[in-house]
Amino acid sequence: MSTPNILVLAETHDNTPADITLELLGGARQLAAATGGQVVAIVLGQAGSAAAEKMVGADRVVVIEDATLDAYSPGPYLAVLEHILTLESPRAVLIGSTTVGLDVGPALGAKLDAPVVGNCLRIEKQDDMLSVTSSLCGGKILADVEVRRGPAILMVLPGSFHATDQPATPEVDRRASPVPLEPGRITFDQMILPEAGDVDITAQDILVGVGRGIQQEDNMEVAEELAEALGGALCASRPIVDQGWLPTTRQVGKSGMTVKPKLYLALGISGAPEHLEGMKGTGLVIAVNTDPNAPIFDVAQYGTELDLLDLAPELTEAIKTRRVAT
Amino acid sequence: MKIAVVLRQVPDLIEPLEIVGSGNALDLDGASFLVNESDDHALEQAILLKESAGATVDVVALDFGDVDNTLYSAAAKGVDRLIKITLEDDKPPAPKAAAAMLAQAIGPIEADLVLIGCQAHDELQGALGPVLALKLGLPYLGVVRGVTAGDGGLQACKEFPGAVMARMNVQLPAVLGILAAESPPRYVPVSRIRAAMKSTQFDEQPGAAEPTEPAVVVRRMYHPEPAERAEMLVGSEAEVAGRIADILIERGIVK
Repeated sequence: MSTPNILVLAETHDNTPADITLELLGGARQLAAATGGQVVAIVLGQAGSAAAEKMVGADRVVVIEDATLDAYSPGPYLAVLEHILTLESPRAVLIGSTTVGLDVGPALGAKLDAPVVGNCLRIEKQDDMLSVTSSLCGGKILADVEVRRGPAILMVLPGSFHATDQPATPEVDRRASPVPLEPGRITFDQMILPEAGDVDITAQDILVGVGRGIQQEDNMEVAEELAEALGGALCASRPIVDQGWLPTTRQVGKSGMTVKPKLYLALGISGAPEHLEGMKGTGLVIAVNTDPNAPIFDVAQYGTELDLLDLAPELTEAIKTRRVAT
Repeated sequence: MKIAVVLRQVPDLIEPLEIVGSGNALDLDGASFLVNESDDHALEQAILLKESAGATVDVVALDFGDVDNTLYSAAAKGVDRLIKITLEDDKPPAPKAAAAMLAQAIGPIEADLVLIGCQAHDELQGALGPVLALKLGLPYLGVVRGVTAGDGGLQACKEFPGAVMARMNVQLPAVLGILAAESPPRYVPVSRIRAAMKSTQFDEQPGAAEPTEPAVVVRRMYHPEPAERAEMLVGSEAEVAGRIADILIERGIVK
């Protein structure tokens, strides 16, 4: 039997809760109001301890102060979380759909025989169950599901909830690891930062984003020429970086960069949630995609279904012509 | 080193996706399928390790969608063995059952390394890799971009936001969830795939899993209805290009 409490797996960066963590706490606050429980944030490692008091939306923050947990390694993380979840027995655990969350969410579900829902956009209590909406197939399909028993492991897409605007200082409970922590067979070695020297796309006012619709590497040239004519820089969705056509420093999205340009011209980008996450603060989005149902048109102010390979050279010329005229 | 690679079929997102009449599942009968993109990268990573460090590569796949062509393509890329898990019905199994079937086939291989894509776009209940790892009793690391062999183990780069990587030491055996291989999946000429179709034998194994009560019940699947859609610009390429250029100048973005 689970308690009505809602747990949040917190992620921190530079002594501050990550944006996704504050969003999860906001979502947990709403859910806890419906279940009649508390919101409990779990912070793993000494390094995140300073962020505990900033967990806005949490009633209680449990910090496991053990240096083994400072850098992510799957064995110790799972051992501690499994113990805490068993002890706390929450109705739901909210985990960000992040690079760490994607590992630990399903693993916890399997270890605890708990229901797991990925890519959650909405979570509500309905009678004695949780009603959850999940995004599938790159955002082209939504699924409304019922989760009848706890603890429900809910992996939430960034941007699904707002951080709470009712700040209150949580009670912080700092403790040693409740279980002996062995390093495990997969251990952290070192962080590798991106190589300096490439264009910083996070500092650009104008970005031309390239997606799978560019089809082949030779076609990158038309996008480069357009970016140059606009006075901007080229960036891409993950498939283009995976192909090696642009470096990882040009990737926009969950595992890439977060950009907020004045203009984002999306060429052949479908608009998967992972990509949209990295460009949600953009001023003006113009999308070019032959698929009229592409989710990118949901966030763009202007769009066209013309083929990008036909349109881009025309647009380059149109920009150049107008520049000369002015 | 013995490597096992899981290859899954997913609906092709280029084609329209339909919902079944009851409204609670994708209509898979009308869908076209292709190999899950990150699984394809897992296969490429396995072949790169085979080339650089020496390994055998066994591919394991559930008999669903266009799996035969996927397996022939893998054969043409140089894998050593192809295991096809046959299913009792025409539907893909639930995640737990899929993990159990895959573990049943992978266990006897005694693989040092199991590679699987770190996610698939049709996964409702989270990634399969961690669940498979638990069934195999192995540790799991996902969102991996590049794996290299070293003394006594592997080094895997786990991707974090901001193009930051965490280099992780991996003692084998282990399961890795691959986001991207060190280099993109190689192109295989159709002639080699055709040759593989003639010469390749699948090792067919029946998949069986005990039925379990679903922990998550799908009530409705549907296409999202956006609150707002983009204003669509229509006309010839020159007309639309001119309109976009005018918008950018009107807004002061291009001067």
